[in-house]
This record gives sequence, C-alpha cells and structure tokens, in this order.
Amino acid sequence: MAFEHIVIVGAGHSGGCAAGALRAAGFPGRVTVVGAESHPPYERPPLSKELLSGSVATEKTYLQPLAWYQTSNIELRLNTEVLGIDRSAQRLELSGGDTLPYDALLLATGARARRAPFIDERQQRVFYVRDIEDALALRERLKPSTHLAVIGAGFIGLEIAATARKAGCAVTVLELAAQPLARVIPAEIGYRVAELHRRQGVDLRLGCSVEAVGAANGGATIRISDGDTIDADIVAVGIGAVPNVELGAAAGVRNEDGLVVDEFGRTSDPHIFAAGDVTRHFNPLLGRSIRLEAWQNAQNQAIAVAKVMAGGTTAFSEVPWLWTDQYDMNMQIAGAPAEYDRLVYRGEPANGAFMAFQLVTNKVVGCISVNSPRDMRFARMLIASGKAVDAEHLANPALKLQDMCR
Amino acid sequence: MSDSEKWITVANRNAVELGSVVGVKAGELDVALYNIDGVIYATHNICTHAHAYLSDGWLEGDIIECPLHGGRFEAKTGKGLGAPITCDVKTLPVRIEGDSIQVNLG
Repeated sequence: MAFEHIVIVGAGHSGGCAAGALRAAGFPGRVTVVGAESHPPYERPPLSKELLSGSVATEKTYLQPLAWYQTSNIELRLNTEVLGIDRSAQRLELSGGDTLPYDALLLATGARARRAPFIDERQQRVFYVRDIEDALALRERLKPSTHLAVIGAGFIGLEIAATARKAGCAVTVLELAAQPLARVIPAEIGYRVAELHRRQGVDLRLGCSVEAVGAANGGATIRISDGDTIDADIVAVGIGAVPNVELGAAAGVRNEDGLVVDEFGRTSDPHIFAAGDVTRHFNPLLGRSIRLEAWQNAQNQAIAVAKVMAGGTTAFSEVPWLWTDQYDMNMQIAGAPAEYDRLVYRGEPANGAFMAFQLVTNKVVGCISVNSPRDMRFARMLIASGKAVDAEHLANPALKLQDMCR
Repeated sequence: MSDSEKWITVANRNAVELGSVVGVKAGELDVALYNIDGVIYATHNICTHAHAYLSDGWLEGDIIECPLHGGRFEAKTGKGLGAPITCDVKTLPVRIEGDSIQVNLG
C-alpha cells in the first residue's frame, strides 16, 4: 500500500528518526510531525547528564537543527497536541481546533515519568527529568551545597545523583529495592554500583520506602518507612516511566502496557503503526514481545518501521541494548534476559573494567559491560547469533571475543 | 607558518597494525590513525555525536564504528553513515616521513 501523507504523532527521538528515515528511504509523499513540546526532536540521554550539568547547549541534543526539517520537506508542528484519532475518517483532532488528515499514522508518543502517589503534586521543590524543560529547571537548582534527595536508584536517579555530586551538591538517594538498578542487573553488580556512589559521597539508602514528601522550611521533608525523616532542599524523582498509550488505545489500538505491534511496527489497523517507548513489540530474536525505554529502540525501531511504511519489508530485530554513564563508569547492558543460569566474568571487577556474561547452558543471553565498550559489540553479536560458547574462553581476556563470534 | 611546520609526527610508522585503529595526540588534538590495506589514514578521534574516542571503537574494512552508540564513519573520508551521526568527522592529511607517521593540522 503506497501512502501519500504520513503523520507522525510525537516529535521525540522516535518521531524525529522516523521522519528522517522516511526521506532517506526515498518516501516521496508528505510527512508531518506533530509534537507537544516547543523543541524539535531530540535525544534524551544528555538530559540527566551533559544537559543537566550544563556542559552542552540545549541545541546539541537536537537530532537535527530546525532548518533541516524545511530542507528535508518535513512539516514540523510543534506546541501542538493530538487530542484524538478518527480512524474512519483518517483524521486527527489537534489542540487549537485544527484537524489533520492522514493516510498513515505513526504513533511515537513515547513515555512519561511515573508520578509518585506519595508526593503532593503542588510541591514546587520536586523535579522529574523527562524532557528538556524538566532538565533545565532542575539544573537551575543544582548549586554547591544544595541538598538533593533522589527517589529511585534506577538509571535516571543514579545519573542525576552523579551529575549533582559533580556540581557539588550533597546527595541522598532513596531506593526501595535492596540494590540499585534492580530491574536490569544482578545484585552482585548492583553492589558495585552502590559502592561507586558511596565512594563519591552519596548517602545511598537501600531497602528504603518513601511514605510521604511534604514542604518544610523552604525545602522538602521526606518521611521514610522506619519513621525517620530526611530534610532536603530539593527532590528529584526517578521511579520509572509510563507509556503514553492513551491516544492509541482510545482509537482502538490494542494496549498491553504498551501499544501492541508486530516486528514491523504494525497495529491491527493497516493505516496505523507505532514505534519507540510506547510500543510492546515482537522481537524475533527473543521470540517474545517486549517494551523498552531506551535510546537504541527509540532510534532503530523508528527507522525500521519508517522503512516499512515507505514500502520496505524488513523486520526490526535487534538485541536490546542500553547504557548509562555515571562518574567515570560507562556501563552497557545487552540482551535483557528474563532469566539465566550462570554469570561468567571476563576481567577483574575490582579493577573497574570488566564484562559479565549471562548464560543459559552454553549460550550467551545477556551481557553487562563496565568500561569495556569495544567488546560489547561482540557480546551483542554473540547474543544475536545464539551460538554455543565455552565459558572458559569467555572468561579468558587473552582470547578475543570477535574470534568467538565466527 | 611554513609548510614543513604544519606536519606533526604522531607515531612510529609501525604503531598501527594492519586493519586496526590507534588513538594519538597531535599537540592538543585527539587523532585516530587507521591502517586500511597498509595505508594510514587519520581523522579527529572524538565522535561527532557524543564524547567518545573512535579509536576505542571497531574498524571493519574502512568503516569505523563508535564504541558508545554505534555511530559509523568512513575512515578514509570521514563521512558519517546514518543515525545517530548527523555531522561528518574531519580527516587530516597523512604522510610517512622516514620511520614516522605525520599528520598535517593545516
């Protein structure tokens, strides 16, 4: 089916990548990108790091400069919300009263920061970091000797903590689980991440349940489960993300904590596709459907789906991969296995650079690398290939991983 | 500045193995040297997308892949090859002078 007008809902990382990929694939029709924010599509990783510290300018996070959209013949409608989808008329209802017809729709509505029910929403001293304006608002408050309390020791919380320490803030991190990054890395590696933050002067409290956050003395007071309270000047919250499924779900797209699409980004409506954080998509390599909140998926799934919309036939099929930068640590995580039965180390963890392979029998299903980015490429190849490997070879740094991929 | 002064010795001519990439300094500038089929090429070493050393990445044929986010460049020309790369990486002229690899900062 050849489309004439493709409308991309969501001008985030996925939406921007999809628009560029449509043009790169030679799509000749009209392309419109509708986004609620005032910024053109941008990458989110710097928001909790370089943009938050002020080491890069806001424009550096943009996928493309604003002028690029015009020269690429892509209509960018910013500051505009899509309020509804009329599937039978193939028309969008926009904020401001306009309507916009489409032949094909790409839902790239992303995700939003999960709000904490125990926080009074009117609190002026509570920050979430999901978009550029959030990061800029928090940045204003990260001054030396400011006491920042971070709720949640996931990627965002820990990256904010690391950036705030570098800015000279006193930092307390409160995490419900017994380890940081509990959703994505084993406890024995989480322990090392905890030690890293403590060495950097973070007061990291694990197994700590926050019951309430209130205003007090020009700052915030946090009541935790043992009855203790923590006073802070400001509070940052990183307790996960929620997919923005509402628009698609209201139009009848199947929603299972994520808009359900196949490996081509197709929904059950042949005129509606979806990509990025909002999707629960089938991954052929894993043989199951997954939802990811990650840069790689935002970029590459969007590109793959755009190519399909332009007439291509190639599925999106990649090993899930994400990374985090905290202080001098670059950690990369691939595979995201639901389970594994063995953890094999390569390199000495105490030295600060190592890899840990997650194995099921003799196959690599996941890998966590710390300060070993080059070798992660081959770990991802090993996971994708499903090749049988010898655990002793993996553990021997004298043997090259690329040779094991062959 | 005369022409001869623009050339800076950055490595011994045997410092870059066939098919590999090495990071060096040319004064303050981080430079990546590539040995592609026995010919040495040079680019700036910092990826144009985010702060990472291309010399920590992977050279496959004449394509260098950044170790952080998988951005790819043609090492001979500096041309960026698709997302997330939107800006080419600068190349530098290279010559072999005796036992030395020299680059020209222009």
